[in-house]
Amino acid sequence: MQPLILTHVSLVNSLGEGVDATLTALRERRSGLLPCSFRLSEMETWVGQVSGVESVRFPPNLADYDCRNNRLALLGIEQDGFFSAVKSAIARHGRNRIGLFLGTSTSGLDATELAYRHRDPESGALPLSYSYRKTQNTFSLAAFVKEVLDLDGPTAVVSSACASTAKVFAEASRMISAGLCDAAVVGGADSLCMTTLYGFNSLGLLSREPCRPFDAERDGISIGEGAGFALLEKDTSISDPKAVKLFGVGESSDAYHMSTPHPEGMGAYLAMQRALESAGLKASDMDYLHLHGTASKANDASEDKAVTALFGSKTPCSSTKGWTGHGLGVSGITNAIVAMLCIQHHFLPGSLQTRSVDPLLKSGYLIENGTACVDYVMSNSFGFGGSNCSLVFGRAT
Amino acid sequence: MVSVGVTVLWFLEGRPELRVYVEGIGLMGPGLNGWKDSMALLTHPGRWAMAPLCVPDPIQLPAVERRRAGQTVRLSLAVGFEAHANAHRDPSRTGTVFTSSGGDNPLLHMNCEALASPTPELSPTRFHNSVHNAPAGYWGIATQSHESSTSLCAFDASFAVGLLHAAVQVAIDRKAVALIAYDVPYLAPISQLRPITSAFATALLLAPDKTANSMACLDIVRTDSRESVSLSSMDPGLVELSRGVPAARALPLLFAFALATAMTVDMEELPGHRLLIQVFPC
Repeated sequence: MQPLILTHVSLVNSLGEGVDATLTALRERRSGLLPCSFRLSEMETWVGQVSGVESVRFPPNLADYDCRNNRLALLGIEQDGFFSAVKSAIARHGRNRIGLFLGTSTSGLDATELAYRHRDPESGALPLSYSYRKTQNTFSLAAFVKEVLDLDGPTAVVSSACASTAKVFAEASRMISAGLCDAAVVGGADSLCMTTLYGFNSLGLLSREPCRPFDAERDGISIGEGAGFALLEKDTSISDPKAVKLFGVGESSDAYHMSTPHPEGMGAYLAMQRALESAGLKASDMDYLHLHGTASKANDASEDKAVTALFGSKTPCSSTKGWTGHGLGVSGITNAIVAMLCIQHHFLPGSLQTRSVDPLLKSGYLIENGTACVDYVMSNSFGFGGSNCSLVFGRAT
Repeated sequence: MVSVGVTVLWFLEGRPELRVYVEGIGLMGPGLNGWKDSMALLTHPGRWAMAPLCVPDPIQLPAVERRRAGQTVRLSLAVGFEAHANAHRDPSRTGTVFTSSGGDNPLLHMNCEALASPTPELSPTRFHNSVHNAPAGYWGIATQSHESSTSLCAFDASFAVGLLHAAVQVAIDRKAVALIAYDVPYLAPISQLRPITSAFATALLLAPDKTANSMACLDIVRTDSRESVSLSSMDPGLVELSRGVPAARALPLLFAFALATAMTVDMEELPGHRLLIQVFPC
């Protein structure tokens, strides 16, 4: 693929607001996970909940869009000068030449769950304040962000479960190659809700403690939430020595099970292999692999098999879910931005809460943080329905 | 909405061209049981009549998965397999783009109702079936396809946006992609806020090059131009169906395929935008 430059990014999650909050927490090995008290849920689990979502000042003219998911998106746009960066991009390209490809798995599901608790006892109707179209519908996120950023290029929401905000990079890359836009805003948001808490609980996939990726005693995931965005542009005259490019994308399907990954990691292997092919790079070119690493028994085992088959046991790799929890639909963009930070800061994150790596897992998994010259990083995101996406990022110059 | 004409539009010139070939079509809607049986109903106003859907059992799925499959999965698999059969394509070797304005809408209602009860609970199957890409997941299991699959949503423009993304993937990655569009009605009370009049699904097998199986060539342009083309004579009941179900906004395009004459289909995309699709029979 034609490499694309990440001219600007923004991030919000349980580690704090802005990219620096995540970098600092990674360096200080401070987790964003806390015991779950979301919506007074009595679920015995830990979550990566973003604080201050309720106090976000929501634009009065867009009040119908008000829900947790869009609040997280707005909080994301407000970080790291992202709003201004998009305004500058509009000046360069025009508002109808910037695509908007966002991912979410939850959309505003939290708003619908709350509305169902307040139905009219006689008619069963939902509260008048509830807007289906502008909160629950999966497109709501892009419709809202399109308004906030005043963009008018090709727009879509990808909802391929936990691979959603990785796959948006693939959609953007193809749309730019096809000449339908010159730049794109990608990323998305995912938010805590009862459906994911009770759903993962019913599958027996929720850890009762902060999640422990790749640990021998790992017992499940911790759910997180957040938002993240990246502005992608064709290679311009930007000469920032810290600039990072998207070099490759690889997508695949497990064709195995709705909620269990392929036991041999076949889909994960194909996604990583295709990402390398797309980048024109070899496995040995990767300096670090930012794993999906949810801390579920099956997921980590499956990903480890795929990584070991393609990279052997020497390439450093780790999951940062111990910090953020599993952000589900937002994990793709979160992983991508952390990959960018690794390249920019010669930084290798280890793994939080992982006491000893499962001896059955053979990849070059890191527990402690490290420093190294990092030119290329692969970032993995795998989801329900066997949807897989791997991205290759690298130093632009 | 149903603007179909024979003019070659002057303002298409100079735009980047997006060209794909249609090799197979799948169709499942009220009174529309499969593409081949529906062609005459599409082209002869007055012949189509609203009738209950007859969605076949997804026999391609293992028995356990078949029992778990909801209506969106059954519809998607039916039209997806039909399009591949018509195209003589192996479904394990094509990528897919799924597009739906809502997903498994009845399931959303059931899940939210269960979670609002004094003892909230959610079964594992109901949870994993509730993701927007559930039909894509079942499709993978049924076809054993390891190719890429993307699930999209663009509210009322879900079909047009899905078509654009599928066509771009075909043109850029130079590979066959099946576009699978589906929608099912909500249950009350959400149905009061989001009326969808019927279940409907359609699939288009799109390829980058002309082959012996090509049925039509599509040149697609996304434009904000207000130019309009002459109106068609599609059955008024089908026009109403296409207004009542987002996935059924494919009907004017299917009408053009059934007529098998060169024409331009003007399809609304996101507000202020449209796709101008020049259809040339092969």
